Amino acid sequence: MSFNYLTTIIFLPLVGAILIAFLPNLGERLIKRIAAVFTFIPLALSISLFCLFDRSLGAAGVIQFEEKLLWIPAINAHYHLGVDGLSLPLVVLMTVLGFLVVLISWKIDLRPREYFAWLLLLETSILGVFCSLDLLLFFLFWEIEVIPMYFLISIWGTGRKEYSAIKYVVYTLFGSALMLAGILSLYFTTGSLSMVDIAQTGLAPLATAIPVVAIFFLLLAGFAVKLPVVPLHTWLPDAHTDAPTAGSVVLAGALIKMGGYGMIRLCVSIFPQVAHNYAPLLVALAVVSVLYGAAVTLRQTDLKRLIAYSSISHMGYVLLGIFALSQVSLTGAALQMFSHGFITGLLFAVAGLVMHNAGERDLRKLGGLARQMIVIAIVFSVAGLGALGLPTTSGFAAEFLVFVGSFSSTAVAGIQVYTILAVFGIVITAGYILWMLQRVFYSEVLERFNGVADADNLEKVYLFAFIAVIMLVGIYPAILTDVIKLGILPIIQGSGF
Amino acid sequence: MNLGLFIPELSIVATAIVVVLLDLFIQRKGLLVWVSLAGLVVSAGFTIAMWGGSSQAIFNNMLAVDNFALFFKLLFLGIAALVILASVDYVSKFAHFQGEYCALILLSTLGMMLMAATADLISIYIALELTSISLYILVGFLKDPKSSEASLKYLLLGAVASAILLYGMALVFGFTGKTQLGEIAQVIQAMSPQILLASPALILGIVLLVAGFGFKIAAVPFHMWVPDVYEGAPTPITAYLSVASKAAGFAIILRVFYSAFGLPNWLSLDWGLIFAVLSAIGMTLGNVVAIPQTNIKRMLGYSSIAQAGYLMVGLATVGLSPVADILGRSGLLFFLASYALTNLGAFIAIIAISNKLNSDMIDDYSGMGKRAPLLALALTLCLISLIGLPPAAGFMAKFYIFSGAIQHGLLWLVIIAVINSVISAYYYLRVVKVMWLGEPVAEEKVPSSGALRVALSLSCLGVLLLGIIPGFVMRLAELAAKMFVF
Repeated sequence: MSFNYLTTIIFLPLVGAILIAFLPNLGERLIKRIAAVFTFIPLALSISLFCLFDRSLGAAGVIQFEEKLLWIPAINAHYHLGVDGLSLPLVVLMTVLGFLVVLISWKIDLRPREYFAWLLLLETSILGVFCSLDLLLFFLFWEIEVIPMYFLISIWGTGRKEYSAIKYVVYTLFGSALMLAGILSLYFTTGSLSMVDIAQTGLAPLATAIPVVAIFFLLLAGFAVKLPVVPLHTWLPDAHTDAPTAGSVVLAGALIKMGGYGMIRLCVSIFPQVAHNYAPLLVALAVVSVLYGAAVTLRQTDLKRLIAYSSISHMGYVLLGIFALSQVSLTGAALQMFSHGFITGLLFAVAGLVMHNAGERDLRKLGGLARQMIVIAIVFSVAGLGALGLPTTSGFAAEFLVFVGSFSSTAVAGIQVYTILAVFGIVITAGYILWMLQRVFYSEVLERFNGVADADNLEKVYLFAFIAVIMLVGIYPAILTDVIKLGILPIIQGSGF
Repeated sequence: MNLGLFIPELSIVATAIVVVLLDLFIQRKGLLVWVSLAGLVVSAGFTIAMWGGSSQAIFNNMLAVDNFALFFKLLFLGIAALVILASVDYVSKFAHFQGEYCALILLSTLGMMLMAATADLISIYIALELTSISLYILVGFLKDPKSSEASLKYLLLGAVASAILLYGMALVFGFTGKTQLGEIAQVIQAMSPQILLASPALILGIVLLVAGFGFKIAAVPFHMWVPDVYEGAPTPITAYLSVASKAAGFAIILRVFYSAFGLPNWLSLDWGLIFAVLSAIGMTLGNVVAIPQTNIKRMLGYSSIAQAGYLMVGLATVGLSPVADILGRSGLLFFLASYALTNLGAFIAIIAISNKLNSDMIDDYSGMGKRAPLLALALTLCLISLIGLPPAAGFMAKFYIFSGAIQHGLLWLVIIAVINSVISAYYYLRVVKVMWLGEPVAEEKVPSSGALRVALSLSCLGVLLLGIIPGFVMRLAELAAKMFVF
């Protein structure tokens, strides 16, 4: 490997962040251009990575674009990067979102220097999480993300921003503290920090001083907070609602995917037996997340809060797909993470536009905006239909796979009942999405919104970029499932379900 | 007897004398600081030259010259250098006694260097008192009511602690008939468990030693002096106390408990558990009480009590692990190094800010991100390191020390410790929040002198280096953990 793709992709945004933070006398426009350049190159590189990725069946479970250097000899930690079918789509997701959120933030004028520095640092840390194959490196990137997000919410947010920001930090740190204990236990038990090695050798033959179940749940705690799983979800509506638009897009689009990714990468891959034993419990939690999340969403009157709550419900499908433990359901879960990243990212982006242009986010006071903002209304409708899983959008492909995979799974007894219950989530989703669209765009026209502007050209560009991805994956899901499958196969084969 | 191995200490003594004498004759007092720094650098040079040599004992086995001692000597010299650099502005405010200020810092550094090397109960006590008495004076250096009160409090409680320590030493001596640590170990190992258990003297002696040393490291419940002394003392001295004095305490605890009471295993299990319990109580209390503090020095005082708790996780690991296992010790050494850099960085930033504001209230830090962006950034980095978040040194330190603890069955303690880190995030981030989110109280920029900037950049650079590529220092810590055995 002559060119270190992954290192370049991960650290270019960081370089941009450092330039923005420390170069003297930067004008606002220049800062935004630097940010755009240093997120666009990773985007281009990750797409070429996606094209170069070996999709043959022989590549199942093979780590590609691997980079490995000894990092800390004393604890046998490596600077070990690589992508497989599971992580590659998420890397693409993050680089695309990373570039789009810079465009979304083009109108930021409050302390732009710090804003873009934090935003780029955030991208580096999330990309690092998806690419790391060493537990210490993984955890390092996982923790770095907290600080930029804290600042993004608390400085550029709205509403009770400081409360939401610290709540986010405390929840995340609480989860990751337990995760750290889990990682250390795993390190002690196996003597290795390499995810690949640990997943291959497995834990079964090792005589463990610490119960395997305990390690499993310590790790799961960190991921469950992030995903989030009810009842650990209460940080999410606050953080998503009060974050600035770009913050919400990254948060909902990529950040919470770290939870689902971690669950598949660590919990299911390394502890297949424990995952199998506790699957009924987790699947039940998934159904609770789906239904409870959807039911609470129905009652929201704040545009952003409504979208935020819908994420809880949608992440329930991810949890269901993961712990149904079949190949199809896991593929569906991974696809759902990708799809939700774009759909909800887009929902937040358009919601941000509505709020910015109309100056109102209370659904009871909005109405009839389709007349003034035609483009935004269409885009919002497409994103909404994606969220409720209409065919030809990626949401349909993902949720369909999750349901089919779960229903036919043999790993969990009575999974059919859970699946059918979860399907009702779709019905509720249709309810709140259509109600929201109707309230915002199609109810009676209000005089006070007469002068409201539609999306400008830059905004149209990024809105259509989102839609293009959503439709592409919706119409031809194999473009992703072929890749994801390569990551999922070894997990299924290794566990023997 | 080999004076050659004592050169680092001798050069500090010489520098201290030169500084006091020069103070009588020269007008430009600023020079004294640089003389002191030069002395520290020379001493550090000798120390580095001795690194890696074979371990040996000098002065009738009173002092050990091993990598362990050298590691700590370097640490103390580095800390003293940063503290003196950070004091340049501070000292220039004094009309008198600038020479004494530097000389006292040098002498207490000498005491700490001896503490790291001593291997005999008597020399331990002397080194400890040399350190403490210099520090009592330094704490009261401002001579205002707060500073004097702090000094008196420190002196009185310190005297009590010394008395307890002496009593513990007397019991150990009475039980074994020896004062040299290696000989104590031999006597204990030669005894049968029945004899050891028949008399409570040894266990009582150990408990009293824990109490006496616990005062130095600010372990709960011997921490009462910390907040008041930290608040009242001149800020550079607070910084010095919070890192050097604590590190010296840990050095001596490691030396005594590892060398003298490391075997038999049940004995080391006993004191390991004592430290585990003290650790759990210490970090919880320190963190919880730090939350409502409004004075940043006081807050960092409680934070240092909590950090002592994390450090004691390492001591507990040493107690619970077999003698040959170095993970507990090397983890502790690495944590001390990273804690020293982090806390010094934080205090240096505070010195710079309070030079301008004349206030240590957290609320007055409002808008510091606009008034002094680089100072605020440095302080933020150090606070993040204290929480234990990457990419700062504190993260690696916690990872390393906790991984040792988990290997020896201390999962419960680690879980308490990581949850404590979450609690601590709350009050550390409050300062961050005030600095970056608050509106500036005044528009004026906060200037900082060159010396302060150098000191601050050095410590922040260290914090980042130890957080991102800690391999080298971890290797040093591993080498230093192989302690001289008599």
